[in-house]
Amino acid sequence: MSGAVIRPAQGAPGARVAGLGHYRPDRVVTNDDLAQTLDTNDEWVRTRVGIQERRFAGPDESVVSMGAIAAAKAMAEAGVTAADVDAVIVATCTLPTQIPHAATQIAGRLGIHAPGSFDVNAACAGFCYGLEVAAQAVRSGAATTVLLVGSEKLTDWVDPTDRANAIIFADGAGAVVVTGADTEGVGPVAWGSAEDLTETINIPDRASFIHQEGQSVFRWATTAIAPVAERAVRMAGLELADVDVLVTHQANLRIVDAIARKLVSAGARDDLRVARDIVTTGNTSSASIPVALDRMRAAGEVASGEVVLAIGFGAGLTYAGQVFRCP
Amino acid sequence: MTNEEILPGLAEIVEEVAGVSKDDVSPEKSFVDDLDIDSLSMVEIAVQAEDKFGVKIPDDELANLKTVGDAVDYIARNSS
Repeated sequence: MSGAVIRPAQGAPGARVAGLGHYRPDRVVTNDDLAQTLDTNDEWVRTRVGIQERRFAGPDESVVSMGAIAAAKAMAEAGVTAADVDAVIVATCTLPTQIPHAATQIAGRLGIHAPGSFDVNAACAGFCYGLEVAAQAVRSGAATTVLLVGSEKLTDWVDPTDRANAIIFADGAGAVVVTGADTEGVGPVAWGSAEDLTETINIPDRASFIHQEGQSVFRWATTAIAPVAERAVRMAGLELADVDVLVTHQANLRIVDAIARKLVSAGARDDLRVARDIVTTGNTSSASIPVALDRMRAAGEVASGEVVLAIGFGAGLTYAGQVFRCP
Repeated sequence: MTNEEILPGLAEIVEEVAGVSKDDVSPEKSFVDDLDIDSLSMVEIAVQAEDKFGVKIPDDELANLKTVGDAVDYIARNSS
């Protein structure tokens, strides 16, 4: 056996989110639009899931094309060029091809040369899983500048005649750039799975559409997720009262509000700002958290440096959350 | 607990979750047809009833609770 010693990781002392961007397709689809072909109506959709309108990608738009646009915006804000990025991670569960994965395709579109690249499939929790991996990569020294993209074209996987799901899911992309930092900007992830509920949301094969058992998923999301969010805050050495902004996965407005209520009753501030982007964006799975945060920022509801609590949850069932400072 | 003890507590939960006046929550009422309560609100009612009455109301059992009376009977049979 060699006596050689493997050197410990020598990366940055901490990680931070240095840039954020998003892309929503141009096509706005209202509840009235859907009611032309589905047995539903505006009032029913608003009260059941809280959505007023959502965005559908065009036929020429893809997980890769939308992701690349969001990524370029995040890179511009972070002040990094393609030459700076040395790892690309894409969180997605709707890529139409098994291989190649989306991350190399997005790297190619952006002229990013030879990055470490892979996709994460943790469905609607994918962004928070990816953020943990990206932050650890800069702390370990595996990368200096990580591009993390959440991009989904859910309309490829939803039966347009399925009124339970066609009203919920939409398309879009969000992205962040994660770099090293002397002061920590990304807290540890709280993550886990509910392996006993694995079949409650699925796309069983490539010829099938998304299926979900709404009541089971709703019960789980409204009872199991708030404690995970609390755990993520504690793991970062913070209190719930330190959280400025709550950005949950935008699954259903009633789930968002239920999680927010529980966190406020557990100690979060009454003036906690809560992302409710699902109202005009729909459920975009792994894209929903960065899209929602960027849109809150654009609306002046969040400022740079504020503490964001992100929590993703969905098919698997799997979940992950952490705090980070808003770029 | 007796049915008479359970009904007022259940009515309070229904009022809080669904905005239905608790005076309208009587045993013969159908949750869906009379009180206009949707499937997700039924889950919220079940979760709160579980806490309040110390019962388990799984989703497959929940589907069988068509009326307020069905729910009261179920809770009476299963509460600890």
